[in-house]
Amino acid sequence: MALLQLSEPGQSTAPHQHRLAAGIDLGTTNSLVASVRSGRAVTLPDSEGRHLLPSVVRYTGDGVQVGYEARAAAATDPLNTIVSVKRLIGRSVDEIKSLGSRLPYRFVDSGSSVPRIQTVAGAVSPVEVSAEILKALARRAGESLGGELEGVVITVPAYFDDAQRQATKDAARLAGLRVLRLLNEPTAAAVAYGLDSESEGVHAIYDLGGGTFDISILRLNKGVFEVLATGGDSALGGDDFDRVVAEWMMQQAGIRDDADHAMLRRLMREACAAKEALTEAASTGIRLELEDGTHWQGTLTREQFDRLVEPLIRKTLGPCRRALRDAGLGPEEIRDVVMVGGSTRVPLVRELVGGFFRTEPLVEIDPDRVVAIGAAIQADILVGNKPDEEMLLLDVNPLSLGIETMGGLVEKIIPRNTTIPVARAQEFTTFKDGQTAMAIHVLQGERELVSDCRSLARFELRGIPPMVAGAARIQVTFSVDADGLLNVEAREESTGVKASIEVKPSYGLSDSEIEGMLRDSIDHAADDMVARRLREQQVEAQRVIEALQGALAEDGDRLLDAAERQQVEQALARLQAVAGGDDADRIKREIEALEKACEFYVERRMNASVREAMSGRSVEDFE
Amino acid sequence: MLDFSKNYFELFGLPVGYIIDVDKLAERFRELQRVVHPDRYANAPDHERRLSMQGATRINEAYQTLKDPIRRAHYLLSLHGIDSDVEKETTRDTDFLMEQLELREQLEAARHQPDPYAAINALVSDINQRITSLVGQMALQFESATPEQLEDAREILRKMQFLQKFRHDADALEAELDESLQ
Repeated sequence: MALLQLSEPGQSTAPHQHRLAAGIDLGTTNSLVASVRSGRAVTLPDSEGRHLLPSVVRYTGDGVQVGYEARAAAATDPLNTIVSVKRLIGRSVDEIKSLGSRLPYRFVDSGSSVPRIQTVAGAVSPVEVSAEILKALARRAGESLGGELEGVVITVPAYFDDAQRQATKDAARLAGLRVLRLLNEPTAAAVAYGLDSESEGVHAIYDLGGGTFDISILRLNKGVFEVLATGGDSALGGDDFDRVVAEWMMQQAGIRDDADHAMLRRLMREACAAKEALTEAASTGIRLELEDGTHWQGTLTREQFDRLVEPLIRKTLGPCRRALRDAGLGPEEIRDVVMVGGSTRVPLVRELVGGFFRTEPLVEIDPDRVVAIGAAIQADILVGNKPDEEMLLLDVNPLSLGIETMGGLVEKIIPRNTTIPVARAQEFTTFKDGQTAMAIHVLQGERELVSDCRSLARFELRGIPPMVAGAARIQVTFSVDADGLLNVEAREESTGVKASIEVKPSYGLSDSEIEGMLRDSIDHAADDMVARRLREQQVEAQRVIEALQGALAEDGDRLLDAAERQQVEQALARLQAVAGGDDADRIKREIEALEKACEFYVERRMNASVREAMSGRSVEDFE
Repeated sequence: MLDFSKNYFELFGLPVGYIIDVDKLAERFRELQRVVHPDRYANAPDHERRLSMQGATRINEAYQTLKDPIRRAHYLLSLHGIDSDVEKETTRDTDFLMEQLELREQLEAARHQPDPYAAINALVSDINQRITSLVGQMALQFESATPEQLEDAREILRKMQFLQKFRHDADALEAELDESLQ
């Protein structure tokens, strides 16, 4: 019996294929996954109804635990239980050491610049740990939505540098996820708020999470979110609140600095509980088990707590001031401040931030979920479920990018807060007669000295023909894509000698390391890899076919003559013939052939849409 | 793909000239990005995504250039065939230079004021006013853009750069003060 198909008035009756997509907030303390269901973005709970997934991964002799179970073991099994891995991702061993001496892990000297933590299951890198969290969230989404995810949007702090972004993307790749976009957390929060209320104007998003702080200033105008400036501190957050409270407790209880790992974990847990209690209460009692089994008891008042954390909160106002300056605005021009991140529950945070921007902060959406919800909305659009959606996010690069010049100085090529995607070129020359190679050192940061900036990568342009000093013209081009990832190309203009690198940060994993991890991981045994590659090509082929069919239906008649159309359709038919087959290489070849055959058509379509956009405006202008 | 032979003004469908309707510019920037931005091609094949990224990059660059009065002046001069190294040139107007010297001294003194931020702000708004007045003078030069006027435009641009550098240094001083607070 045929089922009756019901459709909303005005909606097409054609079965619209809903693609499964999710937004993932990969947080320092907790992570979430959200998706758009029946037109609404909601966070997805686990089988026990819990929405948050603690960002804690525990390695045991026979498997990996993620979430609550792992967190419960953090105090008893600290060495194998990794918490707050987001603070480690994309960082070098030395940087991690400078973050705080109390990290309870054993780092392995692996020779690689990527830190590895020794666990009972072997040494793991922060990228692998993050991938476990992503896998757990993707599994939850798959079960809850009833199918495999076609793509995800993963949020990152706006202030994350290139290395941290790249590492996050690597983690997704390791988890077998297709990343539609890395989205800045504050922008995601703005999307969650902005679509509900039609609030045009300039907004500030103050995002204080477990381990990172971000401030973004953005303008919302007719569905376009234009980030004007962003700033922050990628190593400041609620964990630091816990730390100062824990230090206070140590002082009060007479606990020595060299207390064992389990003791430190208990301290942090009690400190965090006290902080949370003080959101509502004026004071809270603390009972702490000491190393000798006895207990220490004390009371922490809101006043004392405020005194402890105030310097940390004040530290966030500097970046706020700088972001306003970069946006060319004063605090009075900010319409409202959106509060994001669990740490904005601390009353003193709301008070000081409200005072700075001279407005009552917005807290309507749960600050823990708002980022995931915004990411889900964006994922739904990017995956293609809302072809008529007008929303667009225009982001900026958070930190200046440059290269090392003579005397250990940094020449900025792309200043911070430039709208992305962006490409900029600068010319340099040789300084010695007959110089045939040039070292290029890519840096990120605001300071003038190389030693004060973050080293992203080094590479060499070789084969410059010998000339007198100053005669060679070496053009270095930086391009940053919509995910905020950098690509650098250098080229000697007179000869065309070229060198380019996708910036694999000094502290990142190489492609081969990732391939290796993929191969090694239990879920991807050898023939699994082959199956996986085939599956990827089949999905890709399907996407290409659907995109082209959609395009032809829309404007094939208008933009192509009969011969051209035939040519495109033949290439399409060739791909369709192999798309379901089991030869991954052949599918790949036919995809490439089809793309090549359609090149002119694609350009024509883009031109047509540009013309349409412009002519639409001109007509309006005449009215 | 976007027609790369078009200049930035044509790209936005605006008349070539120094005076620009910033609201219209911003609106057209948004309209263009809405159809070209890579997020519109998240599901498209690689080739389309590359094209979209190139297009969006060019639109961003064009927008940043036209929006900023100093970069716009540079760009207009280059459209008039003056691909000068204005960046490396400096004005010989001694009165102007003397004034700048005084302003510099005031900026240096600002850090020791009781409220250094207020002192810097006052200086920056003074500088902004000066830039605004130069923008007015610049607009006149491009009305008929005779060779003499273009030469004058070049001189005005040199001064604008001076003022911009000042603004930049004021920002740097503020950032330095922020850091010393922490």
